[in-house]
Amino acid sequence: MTSQTLTMFKFILVKLAQLVPTFIGVTIVAFAFIRLLPGDPILLMAGERGISAERYAQLQAQFGFDRPLPVQYWEFLKGLLHGDLGNSLVTHSPVVGEFFSRFPATMELSLFALAFAVIIGLPAGVLAAIRRGKTLDHTVVGISLTGYSMPIFWWGLLLIMFFSGTLGWTPVSGRISFMYFIEPVTGFMTIDTLLAGDWGAFLSALHHLILPAIVLGTIPLAVIARQTRSSMLEVLGEDYVRTARAKGLSSYRVIMVHTLRNALISVVTVIGLQVGAAGRGDPDRDDLLVAGHRQVDDRCDLAARLPLGAGRSGADRVHRDDRQSAGGCGLWGH
Amino acid sequence: MALLDIAGLSVRFQTNSGLFTAVENVDIQVDHGDVLSIVGESGSGKSVSMLATMGLLPWTAQVSAERMAFDGQDLQQLGSRQRRRIVGGEMSMIFQEPMSSLNPCFTVGTQIDEMIKQHKGGSRRERHERALELLAQVGIPDPGRRIKAYPHQLSGGMSQRVMIAMAISCDPRLLIADEPTTALDVTIQAQILELLLKLQEEKGMALILITHDMGVVAETAKQVIVQYAGRQVEQQEVKSLFAHPRHPYTEALLSALPERAAGQTRLPTIPGVVPGQHDRPTGCLFNPRCRYATDHCREVEPVAAPDDPARTLCHYPLGRPDAEASAGPASEPSPGVSPETSSPSRPEVRP
Repeated sequence: MTSQTLTMFKFILVKLAQLVPTFIGVTIVAFAFIRLLPGDPILLMAGERGISAERYAQLQAQFGFDRPLPVQYWEFLKGLLHGDLGNSLVTHSPVVGEFFSRFPATMELSLFALAFAVIIGLPAGVLAAIRRGKTLDHTVVGISLTGYSMPIFWWGLLLIMFFSGTLGWTPVSGRISFMYFIEPVTGFMTIDTLLAGDWGAFLSALHHLILPAIVLGTIPLAVIARQTRSSMLEVLGEDYVRTARAKGLSSYRVIMVHTLRNALISVVTVIGLQVGAAGRGDPDRDDLLVAGHRQVDDRCDLAARLPLGAGRSGADRVHRDDRQSAGGCGLWGH
Repeated sequence: MALLDIAGLSVRFQTNSGLFTAVENVDIQVDHGDVLSIVGESGSGKSVSMLATMGLLPWTAQVSAERMAFDGQDLQQLGSRQRRRIVGGEMSMIFQEPMSSLNPCFTVGTQIDEMIKQHKGGSRRERHERALELLAQVGIPDPGRRIKAYPHQLSGGMSQRVMIAMAISCDPRLLIADEPTTALDVTIQAQILELLLKLQEEKGMALILITHDMGVVAETAKQVIVQYAGRQVEQQEVKSLFAHPRHPYTEALLSALPERAAGQTRLPTIPGVVPGQHDRPTGCLFNPRCRYATDHCREVEPVAAPDDPARTLCHYPLGRPDAEASAGPASEPSPGVSPETSSPSRPEVRP
């Protein structure tokens, strides 16, 4: 092992060790929020008929609600480390199962949204930097500011109304047309349809992805475009870019090789942050499903960011007082 | 015909508070194999005029010139593609800050190779051989290992050697060195200058050396242009410049040389700084710092006399050759003479 790989190995170990306190903090917050919610889940389950005192005590014991909070937290933590988030109080199926059945949909949509953001945002930022102070620059900066400030649920509604409603170009909801039934393998609709060798189904899945990907990609796009622009402007003023020009290289090479490559350092960092944000499922974004978009609907059990408002399923779970699920979702949310 | 022939070069920058003239009416002629030095303090527009020649100024700059020709080709008329063929290939440049002038993302070899590929072509193997040869030529030990190094692994002197290797890789006919030793240690400075002069001689290329160090000028150049606040104030051969400076600014620069101040307790300096955009004086730009300045200097902008080969931009050039016998102030031992005693006598000695 060379000294360089050893240094890297140590660095990774230290970073992993630093994760432990973060993890404990996050689990305490997730656990505490769920327990602090008002209302009694068992009374709620019993419904209007009410429940006998013995049955109530029995159910409390069954779910462990009768034990002291630190013990409950310890059990929650133990289960978590075994990959067990408990059973949903409403559906009685394991939370983990519900979580992972929807997770690939989130990932798929996030990836497409991010791809959209990078493919459009990066060149837009580069062009704006090259044409600094010109109309194109002002246009890119203006549009990205608008995109960043746009409430995303409203933006989603506008796009649905226009492209799905008025123009009829894209489907309003769903992940794939009703005409196809694809056996889930990976959970990624685009990959599953390809695995099944069904070209039509693949196109249908893509067709269903376009609008949600654009909606979810808008904010990352704005962030990436602006970051690329400012980073490019900074690097364009560097001495080595002047050297590249002094070499008589084409402006394409000066920009794409000598400038962009150095500018990408901060852009890649920002893209990385956006990946985290997209995979987490933003509550704002989840409002989109409340607006009736089944696509986002499907993927969004994940983000019960309770203090801010919640994703559909997260919100549903909270509404139904399904503490077990909401806790699991919340954990992912962080 | 001169290799580089520039007449009436002006460069203006668009700033928030209007146009700023960084370079005004500069003439530069360099012949094949010549060594020309451009001297002046920081802010006198030395670099800007050369960057304008190379076409490397930012978009805020407006360059205009009566004539700007390289080897008979009008640089202002050339398309960007043809101009890029000259820039880097025929006319190359090295800069003040070697450490930041190399791209941190690429190895030394890649950056030299890129230049050769752009102008000379050749197979990958040939280019690699050529790069190794160049590194050896600029005095880099163990080129086989250094060629794979990244810029952060090199010292300032090494980086400047790499920059020089890159600049001469396509056998340019003109090399512009913009204060190539300013950022380096004193011991390395001499080595780099020696290297530049050796290469200049071996390759027979012309060299323009921008500097603010009169000592460097004395050792290297044949022709000298003195610039002040964007204007060319004097142009002479190096020997006669040192013996008979014509412009008070040149004289002041020379008297600030430690070698010339021997026996004095304090080294003479030029008080004040080069005027910027907002503190331009009326009349002669040098008048607030000139020990000979009169009211005439403060009111009227000087123009060079048509019969003056040095094209001195001064109302009262020092020691005109025909007036040398008469005891002009230039022939007096200038350092140590206080401005109060010498300036009143100035206008009278003007022929």
